[in-house]
Amino acid sequence: MAAITTVELILLTVVSAATPLLLAATGELVVEKSGILNLGVEGMMLVGAVSAFIAMLTTGSWALGIVAGAAAGVIMSMLFGVLTLFFLANQVASGLALTLFGIGISSLLGIPFIGLPIDKLPSLDVPVLGDIPIFGPLIFEQDFLIYFSVLMVVVVHFFLFRTRAGLVLRAVGESHDAAHSIGYSVIRIRFFAVMFGGAMAGLGGAFLSLSYTPMWVEQMTAGRGWIALALVVFATWKPGRVLIGAYLFGAVTIFQLHLQGFGVQIPGQVLSMLPYLVTILVLVLISRNASRVKLSAPACLGQIFHSNT
Amino acid sequence: MTPVMALGLSLIAGTVVFYLLGYPPLQSLYAFFISPISDLYGVCELLVKASPLAMIAVGLSMGFRANVWNIGAEGQLTVGALFGSALVIYFPESNNILMLPAMLILGILGGMAWASIPAFLKTRFNTNEILTSLLLVYVAILLLSTLVHGPWRDPAGYNFPQSVLFQNVAILPVIVPGTRLHLGTIFALLAILTGWILISRTLAGFQVRVSGMAPQAARYTGVRSNLMIWCVLLGAGGLAGLAGIIEITGLIGQVQPIISPGYGFSAIIVAFLGRLHPVGILFASLVLALSYLGGEFVQIKLGLPLGIAGVFQGMLLFFLLSCDILIHYRIEIRKTSISGSARST
Amino acid sequence: MSSPLLELQGVTKAFPGVLANDSVNISIPEGQIHALLGENGAGKSTLVKIIYGYYAADEGDMYWMGNSISVTSPAHARQIGIGMVFQHFSLFDALSVRDNIELAISSKEGGDGLSQKIHEVSNTYGLGLDPERDVFSLSVGERQRVEIVRCLLQSPKLLIMDEPTSVLTPQEADNLFKVLNQLADEGCAILYISHKLEEIKELCHHATILRQGKVVAECDPTKESTRSLAEMMIGRSLDPPAYELKKTGETKFFVQNLSRTAEDERSISLKNISFDVREGEIFGIAGVAGNGQTELMEMLAGEVLADDNAAISINGVECGKRSIRERRELGAAIVPEERLGHGAVGSMSLIENVFLSGHQRFNLARKLWMNYSNARTFAQKTCDDFDVRHAGIHVDAGSLSGGNLQKFLIGREILQEPLVMLASQPTWGVDAGSQLAIHKALLDLAANGTAVLVISQDLDELLELCNRIAVMFAGSLSEPYPVSSLTAEKIGLLMGGAHPEAA
Repeated sequence: MAAITTVELILLTVVSAATPLLLAATGELVVEKSGILNLGVEGMMLVGAVSAFIAMLTTGSWALGIVAGAAAGVIMSMLFGVLTLFFLANQVASGLALTLFGIGISSLLGIPFIGLPIDKLPSLDVPVLGDIPIFGPLIFEQDFLIYFSVLMVVVVHFFLFRTRAGLVLRAVGESHDAAHSIGYSVIRIRFFAVMFGGAMAGLGGAFLSLSYTPMWVEQMTAGRGWIALALVVFATWKPGRVLIGAYLFGAVTIFQLHLQGFGVQIPGQVLSMLPYLVTILVLVLISRNASRVKLSAPACLGQIFHSNT
Repeated sequence: MTPVMALGLSLIAGTVVFYLLGYPPLQSLYAFFISPISDLYGVCELLVKASPLAMIAVGLSMGFRANVWNIGAEGQLTVGALFGSALVIYFPESNNILMLPAMLILGILGGMAWASIPAFLKTRFNTNEILTSLLLVYVAILLLSTLVHGPWRDPAGYNFPQSVLFQNVAILPVIVPGTRLHLGTIFALLAILTGWILISRTLAGFQVRVSGMAPQAARYTGVRSNLMIWCVLLGAGGLAGLAGIIEITGLIGQVQPIISPGYGFSAIIVAFLGRLHPVGILFASLVLALSYLGGEFVQIKLGLPLGIAGVFQGMLLFFLLSCDILIHYRIEIRKTSISGSARST
Repeated sequence: MSSPLLELQGVTKAFPGVLANDSVNISIPEGQIHALLGENGAGKSTLVKIIYGYYAADEGDMYWMGNSISVTSPAHARQIGIGMVFQHFSLFDALSVRDNIELAISSKEGGDGLSQKIHEVSNTYGLGLDPERDVFSLSVGERQRVEIVRCLLQSPKLLIMDEPTSVLTPQEADNLFKVLNQLADEGCAILYISHKLEEIKELCHHATILRQGKVVAECDPTKESTRSLAEMMIGRSLDPPAYELKKTGETKFFVQNLSRTAEDERSISLKNISFDVREGEIFGIAGVAGNGQTELMEMLAGEVLADDNAAISINGVECGKRSIRERRELGAAIVPEERLGHGAVGSMSLIENVFLSGHQRFNLARKLWMNYSNARTFAQKTCDDFDVRHAGIHVDAGSLSGGNLQKFLIGREILQEPLVMLASQPTWGVDAGSQLAIHKALLDLAANGTAVLVISQDLDELLELCNRIAVMFAGSLSEPYPVSSLTAEKIGLLMGGAHPEAA
């Protein structure tokens, strides 16, 4: 019985560790499909995390906390959108600026809230089914954001590949000039995509500060925004593979935590390097095949669109 | 022109932020930007902070010009500091005067070694250098943490995570007595000068510029793109590593869990604010150094959180990027009019 | 009398520094194939973009079936029955034919029956399209058919075709003309933009000729000679250079069994390409775009190296594995297909652009240092000798017009006194005056003993310049033929992949 509980526990924590990555990466995937590279995911997640935490702590409402996280992400992403889409600024530089700004503003806003405890985001228990061993708690006793993250993978897949609007979005990412020439508003479509990405990154941050470690710590994302970016490449821009990738990374994170817990004779810091090193490794494995990346990446990714030409 | 405009706008926005946070805006601005540099000590502190920023930014700017996006300077700085410090850690009794030069060289090599990872992955496996260089920052900081909590911890240090204090031969000399201004500032100036000559007068600098503006034209002129990637990454890594070991030997005097307050990231802003030009970087590094200094100052004087410096830096970069388009737009119009008149002749 | 389908009155459009359209009047009745003729930069593209709702005119009125109208967007244009096939196709490579078509039509017309409709339309006009194929796997001609079907699905009353034959083989062009004639018979008007005089004579019922933004003439092209049309278009009489081709000498550029494996599905493999270019000769490589010319040029120039060093020789020295710089040392000069971004950097001055290819042979760099004063001299000399009109050698290369920039690039290479000149699409998209100057410069160069290779899609250009021509198709190069033994029709068959015996 004890063994089963451990397995349950591990699986549950894997899901928790994967969810912020999954949320942020799903959002970024839509952004990149529209041809925009937003490197500010880390910054948007941080601002989402701190906003969600503040809203939750001051109002006591989970819903408001989650909404505040998403809204903060959207506001951050709109900054990026205005810079890159209207002012035609370099996307790489703007994304970096967004991250640096996000780190600064989140630590500024979060100062009064450091170390304050809140209750963990409650799980939505399904009666009876939740009692099934192992898979019961895994599938039927999770919190809202975990269900939402998986649902969004399905929704995004359906949207991109089964709806006309999704086709238009992909077309804009493939060739903004062609899309413009047949009359689509490239900038408007991309701006919406960027905002969606911001909302999802904000939710990823909200999950961190409301559920994963229910408190606010400066720079608590610890590079998850960058790992989410890497996940999109790993997934070759396919939503289903983002799901697989995120859970894989969740597993690596938990694996190293448990190794530390079991008193393995390796310094904790070395084990903590594991998720970053694994990310680099999978990036290498995926990008080794240059033509495959080239064929699956949106052709206009990162290019500036001048509507007047 | 744009950088000055961006600076002005950031100041205005900064005033608003101070006001919103409930602090007297003008007084806070004064405390942030003027008080810290109102005496010689303050000016020297400014130079102490500007030196690593300028040194790293010169290296990064070469890469950015060539479209190689090394954003992991913070990690290269950290590993450079570790490489250089290793010498002291393993020869704590040595009084050899070659200690310091050897440390500096090791620092450069350490930064290069760390930068060579993204360079190798990019040239050999086509792996995005933005993500690899950035992820390696976390690895480098964990590596530093491993060492100061473990093998490098001073046995007589009451279990604090820090190394032994460095002996005198491993300390960079101060050049203005009574302040902390050390020889590292001269290295930074040399880096700026070298960068300037390189980019404006040499064939290599020309090739860097062409690589960024038109990759195909770079192939046409005979640039080997992989070699270019290696050179700009190693160059930037070496300078970041040098900046790292200089922070240790010039200021800290031992290895601690935190070596830099994010110079490797702020240097990205310095590079852009300086228009990727060494002379511009000189001025930009002073502005960003002031933001660090001012941040510390208002923290002490007004009890404002240190994060204000980061907010100011982020705003600066935002305004810079958005002001760019206004300038560019004017150029575009001028260009069209020239081609137009050429066509109609 | 019923009003014309489309009528423009006094349409004027200015861009900063240039008056693109100046009080243009045009009238197109139903079922007419109406030619819009003019040089590059005459204002044709601007005018059709106004009709198609891209630009708003500064002044003037547009009438559609007798009613005043202002077209606000391309979507609006399509809604009222105006379709347009672009010169540079507005297609999405990674998407299927069906998706490409669905994107361009309103959602009501899309849906499940779309594939069926594509089949129907494409069969009615003999266009043969598979809706499920991805666009990147299609030939240029097939891509154009996707664009046409996309327009036809919306039953347009006016179809605008922008330089449609510039990318087609003569046979493909003939097929296109059949489709256009069939459409005109059904009452659809066609606005046909071109600067190719022969095809306008063959196809069009009426022609409007634009020069510097103004309508300078209207005529019935079937009653004019190509020469009179050309003179109306250019505004002066033409004197093509008359040249006696000298005897050619020994081989200076030699290519033997050059092969290259495609990196991905979107590029072309080169298969055992062999040819030689002799002293004093101009050797032409014809072919429809996308048959491997770009890949071939990269290898000939040394931007991509061959596996076999013996595959390419310059002046008797094997150099298949040598870099572009070493090939320049051996005497090669290279004019790439793309002017901006490849042959020149738009945001650098003309002086710095001289360095791009000239720093070796002009001796502009001592060791590692750049010699700006020598570069200035050479930039000035290039501009003077080759009549490059510019606002000073300090201006950015990107501010020059296409023709002037191309003259600068050709001049820069010629002044290096090359043994071998490799030029790809040397006059693509330049005005007639510059074209003439460039042709003369290349002929002079060959007359002075340089071996010249010209890769071009423009058959007229090759027939005018070359001693021998070979044709590229699907990564293979045909036998070279002396130009005297060739006709446009025979080259056309080779361009379509026919075997030499059949040709």
